[in-house]
Amino acid sequence: MALVFEVFRRERSGAPMQHAGSIAAPDERFAEIYAREQYGRRGESEALWLVPRGAIDEIAEFVDEFDLKYRRVDGYSIKERLKEARAAAENATRLRDAFSAGDQNP
Amino acid sequence: MSDRVDLLLALADDELILGWRNSEWTGIAPFLEEDVAFSSIAQNEIGHARALYELAARELGTDADALAFDRPLEEYRSSPLVELRRLEWARTIVRHWLYETADAIRLEALMGSDDREIAGIAAKIDREEVYHRIHAEMWIDRLLASDDARSRVDEALEELWPYALGVLDDDLRPELVRRAEAKVGRALPEVEPVSRGQHEAELADLLVEMTMVRRSAPAGARW
Repeated sequence: MALVFEVFRRERSGAPMQHAGSIAAPDERFAEIYAREQYGRRGESEALWLVPRGAIDEIAEFVDEFDLKYRRVDGYSIKERLKEARAAAENATRLRDAFSAGDQNP
Repeated sequence: MSDRVDLLLALADDELILGWRNSEWTGIAPFLEEDVAFSSIAQNEIGHARALYELAARELGTDADALAFDRPLEEYRSSPLVELRRLEWARTIVRHWLYETADAIRLEALMGSDDREIAGIAAKIDREEVYHRIHAEMWIDRLLASDDARSRVDEALEELWPYALGVLDDDLRPELVRRAEAKVGRALPEVEPVSRGQHEAELADLLVEMTMVRRSAPAGARW
């Protein structure tokens, strides 16, 4: 069993190709039939891509020595600040209601 | 029984019995991908059988299940090729390829039929058979490409060739000879076909197994 192919499938027209799984096959002809049967026989795919695993360039190492958090979408935590803002807003509402009810020193 | 029903039953029985035989590989095929593919092909064949039985059933005033499961052995019209129990991969593949090659010739003839229903169902079946043929041919090409495997193909052919000839009527046989010889690259022996109308001993066991659920729940099994 010489070759491994990564199979991508598109569920419907316009949808992105997504990784479905892999198949092992002796050559491209076998791979095509096996991919059809494994990822297409139930009408679950509109198109398949077969990519020989050897053709894939993998990048699996990322360096972040200086902890540049601000470049990440999760770099700023707004959770705490949201909490503070909500508390301030609640307090303001309480004060306004108290004043309008005639309390001079709420 | 009309010639039309006889033709439909011959086709349906071939597909049902071969589908059953091929499904005997489910779980034990040589490797996982092949297991899925071969089982899927087996299911397709049984699907074709159902469609053909339904056409015949309409004419006979019965239903597809009754035709598939309730007939006595002598009334099955399957060709002996599909009845053989071949739990050995080279023979299975050679049988598969011989059957698909013969079936293609038969379907091509039926697609030109004046009977529009027959022509229509033949065309519909053929659109799925295309992939069965690709599967059969890629296997046979691969086996023929190595000396060890080729000798196994030759052995299987020796045994199965007379059976393959028996799938087709006299007029279509020369085309099978032509296509099979072109593939294996040599002349195949002129032999007496093992024709439809006789049955292999193994068919009896297969029918017992195949009709077990039907016999245990004649009103229709439910899961």
